[in-house]
Amino acid sequence: MSPEESTGGLLSHNEWARRDIRWFFGSGQVLLFVLLVLIGLGPILWLAKGAITPTIDTLRNPLALFPHGVAWSNLSEAWSHVNVGRYFWNTIVLAFGSWLCQIVVATTGAYVLSVLRPAWSRFVYALLLGTLFVPWIVLVVPLYIEVVDPPLIHHSFAESYWAIWLPAGASAFNVVLMKRFFDNLPRELFEAARMDGAGPVRLFFSIVLPLSKPILGVVSIFAILAEWKNFLWPFLILTNSPDRQPLSVRLPAIQAQTQIGVLLASMLIAALVPLLGFLIFQRTFLRGTGLGGALKG
Amino acid sequence: MSATARDVSVAAVANARRRDRYSPIGWARGGGLAALLFALPMLAIFGAFSWYPIVRLVVLSFQHTNLIDPPTWAGLQNFRDVIEDPLFTTAVRNTAYFAGLALLFGYPIPLMAAVLISESRRLRGIYSALAYLPVVIPPVVGVMLWKYVFYEPSSVGLFNTVLGWFGFGPYGWLQSPGTAMPSLVVESTWANAGTTVIIYLAALTSVDRDLYDAASVDGAGLWRKIWHITLPQMRGVLLVTFMLQIIGTVQVFLEPFLFTSGGPANATLTLLLLVYQYAFGNSVGVGFGQAAALSLMVAVFLALFSVVFMRLTRSWSTT
Repeated sequence: MSPEESTGGLLSHNEWARRDIRWFFGSGQVLLFVLLVLIGLGPILWLAKGAITPTIDTLRNPLALFPHGVAWSNLSEAWSHVNVGRYFWNTIVLAFGSWLCQIVVATTGAYVLSVLRPAWSRFVYALLLGTLFVPWIVLVVPLYIEVVDPPLIHHSFAESYWAIWLPAGASAFNVVLMKRFFDNLPRELFEAARMDGAGPVRLFFSIVLPLSKPILGVVSIFAILAEWKNFLWPFLILTNSPDRQPLSVRLPAIQAQTQIGVLLASMLIAALVPLLGFLIFQRTFLRGTGLGGALKG
Repeated sequence: MSATARDVSVAAVANARRRDRYSPIGWARGGGLAALLFALPMLAIFGAFSWYPIVRLVVLSFQHTNLIDPPTWAGLQNFRDVIEDPLFTTAVRNTAYFAGLALLFGYPIPLMAAVLISESRRLRGIYSALAYLPVVIPPVVGVMLWKYVFYEPSSVGLFNTVLGWFGFGPYGWLQSPGTAMPSLVVESTWANAGTTVIIYLAALTSVDRDLYDAASVDGAGLWRKIWHITLPQMRGVLLVTFMLQIIGTVQVFLEPFLFTSGGPANATLTLLLLVYQYAFGNSVGVGFGQAAALSLMVAVFLALFSVVFMRLTRSWSTT
């Protein structure tokens, strides 16, 4: 390869050939690799190690590698004695409900805003975009009051999963993402379907939804992950029902009376689903489509 | 047919059409009803859990509320209470400190990492996956891992063990007012930097490659290319991540709540933690008014910040 040929990158071949630059970038990359393994993978590997290490060994020397064998019993003890199995199930139920609510709101809402487009939809869309400026966490107090003492109904929804499932649907980001995707679907297809006598319902279920599988996947993955990570809201809503709390709320609560080996095993179990999800859907995460949602903090 | 008669008949048809469109049946037939039905989940959910709470937040901040007695109007009393609270000043200072430190760690480091990663085409996937891994760990698990293992104050804490090899420590990372906040920032940067790296990597792929080649031909060195091509080409993204990072870190809650509960000596008391303490700290409901007032102040500050920031940087930004 001649030195003039483009590398398509920051460094030209000439520069890759220069010893000082190659050394600098090369050692920078080696250093980066070591650091990334240490920082990105290290804590997870340590957590996995700690989860199957006898408590006494973790307490004596956290960096030793199984000096007195492996304690698989941590995992089973966490699952049954500490009831992590139950909290795991609670987390799944919460994540599923929030996912369902988000998908229903985002698909039907985006369908109205992008395809049906009644006259008032622009106004609704503006209101929707406005909520993007209001971070969710500043609404905790009014939301809490609303759930505990709802207007008109006057029946407290505290301790109810509905109080977690339904508010999850109010994600303007999901609707915007979905609307942008619908905007790019071929209009001729809709026209053709209308010509063939398909009504709005038919159009939605037979044309729009089947074409939207990629974006449905993205929204689903981030919806489930967000609920899995959620702490403050279920912590406030399910305060008095420990048996119905998800893992993220339960873990800090069981910390004091759980020995560290079992606690680490519980934490590993809580981290396992998101980690597996990431390994399977790596490209969705790393392509960056849903990052705005991840940033909502 | 005369001109006027034709005009009249055209107008009649148009009128009939209009009447048809505006009659309930015509509206429903024209798809109006279907659109409304499809919009129902969105209108109901956003109405109940986004628009209504926003209005309620404003109302609450001007009211005395405790969920038992009927609310009474408080004028600006809640705002006065918050501003005169010495903890408010502490919380503002701590939040600014957190945001500043988080910017110092979390802004340039991901950028440098992304530049290095994007130059390595073969290992790009592995590098970015490694950088993103901490982001997918549930925040509660991350915080607990750092709190009970890494920052463990005794000599068997992970950091203290490593420092002990060199004869340092043990340090009480979260127990001393001087190191508590930086310790929170380090964990939070670890947990969030992966997202920024991915955003930068995406932005780097959109940098015009021909510019690098042209600059190389003209004899520009590595640093000049980074300074004159990479950074200017990324300025839109750099400005957005700067803004998003400020907005995100001003809302910091989980780390001070789980790590330190705002301690030691209120050294990690942040604005949203103060909101939580007002609303749910002592007895639930006593400080809803103050909590709402402070929430509203944070929301207004962030909205103003975003608008002003976007205005000021519009001429620099390409996007």
